[in-house]
Amino acid sequence: MAARVRALETILTQKGLIDPLAIDAIVETYETKVGPRNGAKVVAKAWSDPEFSEWLKRDATAAIASLGFTGRQGEHMQAVFNTADTHNLVVCTLCSCYPWSVLGLPPVWYKSPPYRSKAVIDPRGVLAEFDLFLPESTKIRVWDSTSELRYLVVPLRPEGSDGLGEEQLVNLVTRNSMIGTGLALTPVRK
Amino acid sequence: MSLRDLVNVSGGSGGDTPVFTAPWQAEIFAMVLALHDRGLFTWPEWADALSLELKKTDARDDASDYYQRWLKALESLITTKNITLKADIDQLTLAWQRAALATPHGQPIRLENDPDRV
Repeated sequence: MAARVRALETILTQKGLIDPLAIDAIVETYETKVGPRNGAKVVAKAWSDPEFSEWLKRDATAAIASLGFTGRQGEHMQAVFNTADTHNLVVCTLCSCYPWSVLGLPPVWYKSPPYRSKAVIDPRGVLAEFDLFLPESTKIRVWDSTSELRYLVVPLRPEGSDGLGEEQLVNLVTRNSMIGTGLALTPVRK
Repeated sequence: MSLRDLVNVSGGSGGDTPVFTAPWQAEIFAMVLALHDRGLFTWPEWADALSLELKKTDARDDASDYYQRWLKALESLITTKNITLKADIDQLTLAWQRAALATPHGQPIRLENDPDRV
C-alpha cells in the first residue's frame, strides 16, 4: 500500500500537480492543529453568548468562520441544537463526510459500515452501543451529511455549569457530543 | 467487529485515537486535499468516487480499509481524467517495492535505490 501511494505521489509531483512540501503541511495541520477542540469552542461560545447562538442557528458557516474555522472543501455547515425533547444525531450514509474544520478527522466507528447503515434505521439502538439511553419521550432526529452540507450538533448545556466561563465550558464538550453519540460532560464539583 | 468494539477502540465516549494508523494514510489524505485545492476535481466528484469504493461489498466492517478506499478512489478519478495511466502507477509501484527491498534497514527509501532502474 505504501509503495503504491509513493508511486502516485511521484507521478503527481513529476507532473507538477502536487508539491511534497505542501503535502507535509496538510498532514501536519490535520494531525496537530485541527481537532474537536475547535468545535468545542464553537459550542461553548454558543452556550455563553445568546447573540452568537442565534447567528450559529441562522448561518452556521459564517458564525463558525468568525472563530477562524473554515472548511477547505467549500462545504456549508449547519448547527443542529439539542433541546429538552429532541436529540440530534449525525451520520454520513454515503461515505463519511464530516465537519473536519470543527471536529478534525472522524473516529473509526463513524467511517464503519455498521454505523453508517444503522444510524438512520435504528438510532436508538446505535446510541445504546455508546451507552447513551435517552427517555422514550425524546425524539431523535438523524441528519445525513453530504459533501456540500455538514452538521454540528450543539449539545444541551449540562446542569451545574451555570457559573462557568467559556474556557471551562470547552472542556465539557466532547467530540461525541457534537456528533450526537454522547452528551456534554457534567462539571465535577469541587 | 461490532459497533460496540469500534467505539471502545476509539477510546470510548470521549477519547481520541490517532487519526492515521500509518504514514501512507496521511499522505493519501493530503494528496486528495491538495489536488482538490488545485481544482483537479470538485468535492462532490470526490465524494462520489469515494462512496463508490465504500459501497463495494468487500468493504470491511471495521473500516480498517478506509484509506485503502481513498487510494482506490483517487486512482480511479485521475485515470478517468487521463492524468495518468493505471499501467504507469503499477510500474512505479513495483519500482518503489524493489527500491524498498534494496535499501538497508534504517535508511530512507529512495526511488534511485531500485536496482532495475532504467
